[in-house]
Amino acid sequence: MKSLSEIETVSKRSCRATGFSWGIAEEVGINTRMLEMFGLSGIKNLNHYFRVRNVKKFEKLNLVSKENKTSKLEFCPIIAGLSFLDQVRSLESFREIKFEKIAYPLLFLPFVSRASEVIGKKLQLKIDSRVFLLNYNNSIYSNFLNEGIIDVGSNVLIKFQENKDSFEENEWRELYKLSENTFVEESDSLKQAGAGAGLTDND
Amino acid sequence: MQVELRDPNVIMKLSRLGSFHQSKLSFLRSFLKEFKDWEYKRDLFNLDEFGYGVAVYSFKKKDRIYSLICFANKLDENERSDRVIATKWDAAFALHDGVPTKKDIERLKNEVPKQEVGRLSYKELTLSRANKSVRVYNHVVESLSKGIQPDLNLLSKVGYLYRTTAVYGSGKFGLADRFRIKNRKEIYGPFRLEMMLVYLVRQFTFDQVNHVAKNKNPKKAVNLDPQICKNLGIGNSTGLGMAPFIVNHPTLLNNWIYAREMALKKIREIRNIKTEHSDLFKICLKKSIKNITSWNTESEYQQKKIKSLLNDLNIFINFLEKKFNFSKEFAFNEIYLWLEKNSGDECIEYIVSMMMEPYDDIINPLINKMNSEEEKYFNIPTDRTVSELKTILENKYSKILNINFSKKENNQNFWFISKNKEEPRLADRFMEQGSELEQPLAIARDIKKLYDVLSVSKNSLTIDKFLVNNSDSRHVVRRAFIIEKFPYSEIQDNTIAQSMMPIDMLRLKLSFFGAIKFDPRSDKWLRICMFQGAPLPEQLKNYDDHWIYNSLN
Repeated sequence: MKSLSEIETVSKRSCRATGFSWGIAEEVGINTRMLEMFGLSGIKNLNHYFRVRNVKKFEKLNLVSKENKTSKLEFCPIIAGLSFLDQVRSLESFREIKFEKIAYPLLFLPFVSRASEVIGKKLQLKIDSRVFLLNYNNSIYSNFLNEGIIDVGSNVLIKFQENKDSFEENEWRELYKLSENTFVEESDSLKQAGAGAGLTDND
Repeated sequence: MQVELRDPNVIMKLSRLGSFHQSKLSFLRSFLKEFKDWEYKRDLFNLDEFGYGVAVYSFKKKDRIYSLICFANKLDENERSDRVIATKWDAAFALHDGVPTKKDIERLKNEVPKQEVGRLSYKELTLSRANKSVRVYNHVVESLSKGIQPDLNLLSKVGYLYRTTAVYGSGKFGLADRFRIKNRKEIYGPFRLEMMLVYLVRQFTFDQVNHVAKNKNPKKAVNLDPQICKNLGIGNSTGLGMAPFIVNHPTLLNNWIYAREMALKKIREIRNIKTEHSDLFKICLKKSIKNITSWNTESEYQQKKIKSLLNDLNIFINFLEKKFNFSKEFAFNEIYLWLEKNSGDECIEYIVSMMMEPYDDIINPLINKMNSEEEKYFNIPTDRTVSELKTILENKYSKILNINFSKKENNQNFWFISKNKEEPRLADRFMEQGSELEQPLAIARDIKKLYDVLSVSKNSLTIDKFLVNNSDSRHVVRRAFIIEKFPYSEIQDNTIAQSMMPIDMLRLKLSFFGAIKFDPRSDKWLRICMFQGAPLPEQLKNYDDHWIYNSLN
């Protein structure tokens, strides 16, 4: 079994070898490590993308907007992902961002996961019928468990999830009430001796 | 009194970093401190009469066990090489997480001796190999088999029976990734498992010579005297493989240096020095001189440094004895200021290390802060502006920005990874091929290039927009935002200059390991000794923390 350290190093070097800058290669190394750690096929998709890149051109999406359409070529997942990560703070207000035709979109995913950590919000990533919930770069929840290569994401959607409770207020109250059963009623003398005791509050 | 931390522009120069010495912060000393209460055992010793076979040693505490598995193999003289291109060694080792099963040992028997071309598993933590110092090894076996102890003069000249030529960890060749074990309290300090491997290998070398001597002459042979064992360490040949590590791990480098600088600052801020502390400082200093006078090297570069160190130390000791009184306030601060005025880099850093000896209360908490969660600082804060980034460069790389990279001598070398061994190398870009495949280790040059581009960019431009057209600088943009938070994260020198001494980079790292007697064999590799004078495993429970100054050699 390859260690994550080996996966990161080899991914970084191979990325540099295909012509990306060292700084971008470092990002790809970290991303592939993350994909493999989360059980997604980083190495397979990266290898395939680099192989195809020798014979096919991809469009560089340098500035991300609300809707990102490509004329003919598919978007390079690395440049599109990097642009999204770098620009995420200014993209947040859009709530939803659409992309058409991202090549090897699993390589795009780690950038979105890291962006979730940067802005402190969960992000939902939809790649056609596959849904991923990216939780602050700590975990990924998904309905996509099959290992393998996705060569293109025809419709890719990122939804910014507002930081709000996933439950109703009455559910919270019910649980809170139960938690109160661990508390002890304080006696009057203990209340008197608590923090601030003996001081004049109007000093 | 508040003492400022030392200026990174001074401390992070390679000539200064290449003058660092071991200290109480060093990893081999903190390893011994952590593992002194662990149960040590030799679990298996299955060697033939010539010393070839398998041995297993372990450290155990509660449910946690670390086992060193040693494979000693026959090696023809013409196959023995310390160079990284070697493919066979006298012995090979792996540190296993837990108790190895017979199946594990069989698996490792096929893989460990192959080293870089073998495959390890997540159950193995570190990997190494070592060669005999044939001259010393044979002499020791010969002497012991005749019933006499070996010649101490010869032992003192070399200092070890074996030298390792690489120690690998952190996911190399399939070894366990650091994330699997990083939360274990006992290995929180850096390189602790690498230190454990080397320490247990040292014991194996003693057991092996005793065993071979006994087999050679069962009636007359004696064991190597434990006091002699104690004064032998493990040698190590280290080449350029180690150099890029300190460039590639900026926050880790910062945390090592910061611990040292913080220790010095706190010691200089002590108002009244207790007599027991000043006495201990003086005792360690005087005893340590033996480590300098027995420091053998044929390197003129190092000889010159040793000579100047000894000279400075003599002047300092004279000052200490005749002109200095520890009863004055902030005595260590005064000593430090005196050193800055009167001594060279080697001596200043030597005394800085020595000042730490009396102060466990200052040093121990710092030891636990010498690791780094590097990934936390990987993301670039792209909402910052060109103007802010430019200011960081001006403040943190002021000397670097003055280097003229159009001069050939400032752009002489390039770092690359060799195809045959996948190891870092340094070559002259005007003489050798391959500079187009240069590794991103010319930080000074790339920072200067970044500054030039920033200077013609709009100040209010945010970094996300700046990077769209300047992705070539992405790696140094990241570093600049790291140095903003971690002042000691960057070498303040040109790592591709003609005048650069790569061994300074090695020495920096090795001093933090706790190595002594640096012996440069060229400007690109050196030999060192580790654990010389250290307690033997049976002595760990009650050992002298200042053992490094009590060596007989």
